[in-house]
Order: sequence, then C-alpha cells, then structure tokens
Amino acid sequence: MTDVASPTVRVSTRPAESRRDIGIKRRYAAERRFRAYGISAIAIGLFFLAVLLWSVVSKGYTAFQQTTITLPIEFSEKVIDPKNERATDPKQLMTANYPLLVRDALVKQLGIDPKKRPLVKQATDMVSDSVRTQLRDIVTADPSVIGKTIPVTLLADANIDSAFKGQIDLSVEESKRKVKDQQVAWMNELADAGVLGKSFNTGIFTFGASSRPEAAGVGVALVGSAYMMLIVLVLSLPIGVAASIYLEEFAPKNRLTDLIEVNINNLAAVPSIVYGLLGLAVFVNFAGMPRSAALVGGFVLTLMTLPTIIIATRAALKAVPPSIRSAALGLGASKMQTVFHHVLPLAMPGVLTGTIIGLAHALGETAPLLLIGMVAFVVDYPGSPLEPATALPVQIYMWANEAERAFVERTSGAIIILLIFLIVMNLGAILLRRRFERRW
Amino acid sequence: MKALKLSVAALVASAAFAGVAAARDQIQIAGSSTVLPYAKIVAETFGETFPDFKTPVVESGGSSAGLKEFCKGVGEDTIDIANSSRKIKDSEIEACKAAGVTEIQEVKIGYDGIVFATDAGNADLALKPEQLYKALAAEVVVDGKLVANPYKKWSEIDASLPDAEIAAYIPGEKHGTREVFEEKILAHGCKDAGAVDVIKAAISDEKAAAKKCVAVRKDGLAVDIDGDYTETLARIASNKSGIGVFGLSFYENNADKLKVATVNGVVPSTETIASGEYPVSRPLFFYVKKAHLGVVPGLKEYVEFFVDDQMIGPDGPLAEYGLVAAPDAEREEIRKTFEAGNLL
Repeated sequence: MTDVASPTVRVSTRPAESRRDIGIKRRYAAERRFRAYGISAIAIGLFFLAVLLWSVVSKGYTAFQQTTITLPIEFSEKVIDPKNERATDPKQLMTANYPLLVRDALVKQLGIDPKKRPLVKQATDMVSDSVRTQLRDIVTADPSVIGKTIPVTLLADANIDSAFKGQIDLSVEESKRKVKDQQVAWMNELADAGVLGKSFNTGIFTFGASSRPEAAGVGVALVGSAYMMLIVLVLSLPIGVAASIYLEEFAPKNRLTDLIEVNINNLAAVPSIVYGLLGLAVFVNFAGMPRSAALVGGFVLTLMTLPTIIIATRAALKAVPPSIRSAALGLGASKMQTVFHHVLPLAMPGVLTGTIIGLAHALGETAPLLLIGMVAFVVDYPGSPLEPATALPVQIYMWANEAERAFVERTSGAIIILLIFLIVMNLGAILLRRRFERRW
Repeated sequence: MKALKLSVAALVASAAFAGVAAARDQIQIAGSSTVLPYAKIVAETFGETFPDFKTPVVESGGSSAGLKEFCKGVGEDTIDIANSSRKIKDSEIEACKAAGVTEIQEVKIGYDGIVFATDAGNADLALKPEQLYKALAAEVVVDGKLVANPYKKWSEIDASLPDAEIAAYIPGEKHGTREVFEEKILAHGCKDAGAVDVIKAAISDEKAAAKKCVAVRKDGLAVDIDGDYTETLARIASNKSGIGVFGLSFYENNADKLKVATVNGVVPSTETIASGEYPVSRPLFFYVKKAHLGVVPGLKEYVEFFVDDQMIGPDGPLAEYGLVAAPDAEREEIRKTFEAGNLL
C-alpha cells in the first residue's frame, strides 16, 4: 500500500514488512490532524486572551497616571482663621473655606480678573473638589503653615484629566463637551509652564470610593478583599481539609457517605448568588451580623469555596499511592499517624493548589456580595472586618456603571489590578506545587 | 487534629466577633441606582463637612430591593434610609408596618428627566409620544382595528422621521424608569393616537385596557435593557440608528457621544423639566425611619444637609450632575415637612 512501485522487491526480501506497514500512514495522518486540532484550540484560546488583555490594558493603562496641578498656595490667615479663634475653637480649622485659597492661587497663576465671576468659576472647575479636604489635612496636621506660601500638588478635575490625556474629542461643539475651550487653552498654558502635568497615580491604590473620578480609588476595596481572603483562608482550609481527610481516609463507604459526596459535588456547581441569599438569611437576618461587613462576605465566600477545596483535597489524597499507606501501617504507625505523617504531606501540593484556585475564584465574586450589602459606596477605610467595606470586583462593577467618562479608564485600571492579584495568586499555586511536588 | 483544632478555634473566634457587632456609628442607605449618584455626592460631602461623623455607606440595588430592606424592621441591623426613584407603594407601607416600621418620613429631593437620544452622528430628531407609541406598542390601531404592530421603519409612522429600521433600547421592566416611560409616553401616545377608545371598546375591564395601552412589542424591535445606562450607550454605539432611553444626568455626561431628541418640540434640560414644559420626568425620593433619627449618629444631620439648598438647590452639586432642582417654594416645603416630622 505504501510502496506501490516496488512491491516485488520488498516482498522478496522481507515478506512480513508490507503487512506490518498497513495503516501506518493513515495513523500518522490522524496524529498530525489531532496535533493540528490541539494547536488551533490553543491558538484560539490565546487569541481571545490577547484580545481581552489588549482591550483592558489599552483602555486602562492611562488610569495609572493622573493629571496634577502644582500651585503655590498661600495659607492666608485672613481666609482660614479671620478672627484668630483657632486656639479656642478647633472647629475653625475644619470648616474654613479652603477652596478659596486654591481660587486665589489659580487666579494669580492665570492672570484672570477676580471680578469676572464666570471666568473664575471655569478656572476653579479645573481643580478637583477634593482640594478642600487635602488642604484641610495639611493645615490640621501642621497649623504652623498658616501665613506661609507652600507649593502644593493638587489633583486636576476629572474632565481636565481626560482632556489632557486626549480622551475627549475636542472637535465636538463646545456646548456638548464637559471641557470648555477656555479651559483647554489654560490647560495648555499651564502645561507649557510646567505647572500642570501627569504623574503616577498613587491615588487609585489608596483612595476609597468617591463620586469624583480623580479622587476615586480601590483602597477600601483592596482592604475589604484582603479581609475576606484572610477569613476564607482561615476558615475554609482547615474545615475543607478536615472534611476531606475524614471522608477519604476514615469514613466507611456506605450510602450516607455516598450521599454526602454527591451533595458536595452538587454544591460546587450551585450558582454563587444562592450563597448570597443564604448569607443574607443566616448571617445578617438571623445571626444579626452587620450589613456590608467583610466578615459576612468572608463567611459567604467560605461556604462557596468549601466544596472546591474538598473536591481538590480528596483528589490529591486519592493520588497518593496506597503503597505509602501500607508501608506506614506495616511499620506500626496508627491510621492517624499514617495520614498526618505520610499521606497529607505528600498530598499537600494538590491541597494548596486547590485552595489557591478556590481563593482566586472567591476573589472574583460579586453576586453573593450584592445581597449582603457589599455592593456599596464606601469612603472610609474599614478598621476591622466588622465595618462596611467593598471588594475589588464590586468596585469594578460600580465604576462600570458610572456616567462620567473618566471612570471608563478607571474601570479598566481596576481590572488590571484585579488581574495582577489573580496572576500573583496563581503563580503562588504553581510555585508551591513545584516546591513540594514529589514523583515516584 | 491540628487542622480540626484550628477550625474550631476560628469558629469560636468568629462567633465572638459577631457578638461584638453592636452600636452602629455609620449611616446605612440602600436603594435606587438612579438616586445613587446623588446620594454618593451628598454622602461624600457630608463626610467631609462633618468630620465627627463617618461617611454614610450607600448601597446600590434598585428601589424595590432598597425598600424591601428598609421594611425589614427597626434597629441597629436594619438600614436607615431607602432611596427610591418612585413613590413608596401602599403594599410596601403595609409590609413596613407589619415589621414594626410604623414611622416613615418621605423626603423628595428633586426631579429626574428621561430623555431619548441617538448617536451623535445622526440628524436632529423630534419625537412625539404618539409616534413613540406607534413605534413601540405591541398592538396599534390601523383603520379602526387593533392589529399587531406592523411598523418596521420610523418613516412608515411619520415622513418627518428617519428612514431607518425601528430599534429602541428601553429600560427593562425591573427599572423604575420603565414605569415613567409607560405612564408619560406610551399611555399619552395611546390616547393621542386614538387607540384608547378602540381598546376600551374591545376590553371592558379598565385596568386591562390601560395595560394593553402600555404593552411593548416583543418582536425584537424594542429591546429591554436590564442593565444600566452604560449598556444602552454601548448598544447605540453598535447600532447607530438605534434610539435609547437615558436619564438626563447620564446624557449630560455623554453629550459628545449622543444627540438628544425633542419631545413635543421641547429640548430636555434642567430648565424645561423644572418648568414642566418637557413632559417626561419623575420625582426622586428617599425614605427615613423616624425611629432612627437621633439614635444613629449623624442621621438627622445627613437629612438636613441633603435637603439644604447648598445640595439640592439649583446651584448645588446635584444640579450640576443633572438633578432637576425642585422650585424654590417646593424646596422650602420639603424642608418644612421634614422639620415637622410628618409621617406617611
């Protein structure tokens, strides 16, 4: 079949070969085809991953830069404390009209006539409203600055930020834009003077939620996610490992354990929103735990992660060869010694991988958090897991629904932060597996 | 064994944690996603202005979900305020009463305009409720008879409308906006088109007849959007001839991408909505538990701060974001009603 031209020669020298040759070409072709299928499957996967990453990164990388305006601010006593009451009334420094300081500095810098109200308003609109708290914090931290002139780096307003990054189409009619022509002219003037410029946006990591895009960050969400991951780890790892060791090594095989196994496998496939409903009913309504708290979120995510961890741990325990158990038992170890001294250490890489994958899954969940009130606008950092907090994916979801243009890049920026977290966690899983893996 | 001990210890520790959860010092708010941006601005400014109080926590989730949480009862573990883009229903007041929330104060914060907009590249669009009804109703009157909506293009309804396939992205049924859309556009259009009489002649039951008037076609030309306005915006970006329904504040933030349609010849703006010239608007509310006032720190101050002119006034930050401020006399009335402690 293969060598039609010279069958006689082959047959005469090696009579068996032609029979052995039958189908080889076909089988090789099948293998080549299968490889091609595999490579194309991977290529399709990689292609979509690349599209996803490209769309996120191309939209989001600008979120890590923030336009700032550095102005010499005169902390005038006339504005902050006109009646010199700050020694007796500490509230004076809290309630002073700080935006006025910025207005004066800006008017001076741009050379605007302070009497032209609409023009002054346009100028002050270029700076974020968050200056009030920023300057207040400077003054309350060190009241001796009053009377001095200090250069302060202020956040630019989100619209100016977007315009400076070229995200606003300036060819559109002026009345339909959030940024006016005069502001663009000032923006360019300030940029040329070196007063306005882009710098690394640390705020996106440290600020809490805000209705002003330039002052919004994932700080509270990061802390909330960290609390929840900690709670999930502390609760689900011991419970999950204990449950799977008992089921795998000690439990008798009967109908009851079969039923439990079926139920665990079922729970792993239950939609996560169901766990949210459960959490609302049990933890918030029945046990009276606080709403929006990371503690409740952690409990709900623990319930969600447990089946994953149990299934992964049982698989890892099953993969330990029975010869190890027999050898340990043969040398006189008790059943528990066998499990804890020999089987579990060998299964550990699988257990840890399963745990980290479960945690990564929990890190990306929003649905169960919706019902327990964690999809919320939280400005203050939570001091403990009992205080209101949000989570990273929740912050992404909330930003994605915002109307302001500047939130578009921030949404993608937050996705990048979340992806980096997931990559770090998965890398950790791989490293742990490499380190502890044993072959026989 | 170690693992078991650990998990038991963790459980005990967490139970102890839960016991400590008492004395809330932070206002908790939930409800409408339309009111959310305004509540966020007020909450943030409140936190900055009153350093003694923590910034309130504002949950999103929708008017109905918020009111449901609100009506769970009185006390530390229930929310203080429910934001709502519609008036509270009688059934909800009943549910509240049954759970012990007997004293509810209603606070109106202003008005929200609902606009129709299409891609910025399109020609100017002037709509009338009648035309929208004909384009979107499930059944319309043709030659005095009620038939399934035959219109496929806008120009078939009126020659002044564009020669494009009808594609409308309207808020889904769970949205508060949908109710306003049905009431202010479809019901009016139904009347203007003269369909009411035909429907009433066919159906004697008044409620069923009114329902028929606002039924939206299900053949795919009117698309329910269950997500937020960002989704509607994305739909319009991919189908340039589509028309979407937006809140005024969302439109104003994206005016460079959208072209707004006039309704009855009136351009929607905070002014035309406040004066009542533009027909499609609705009041926005929040509801407070009177029992929590003075108990939850800062709650009374928050409400007073919210209804102050520096927030809901025509020059305040809420108006700047797109809220239509109530007229001067009405704002004064709102403040007086709250001060007086009038209950629902």
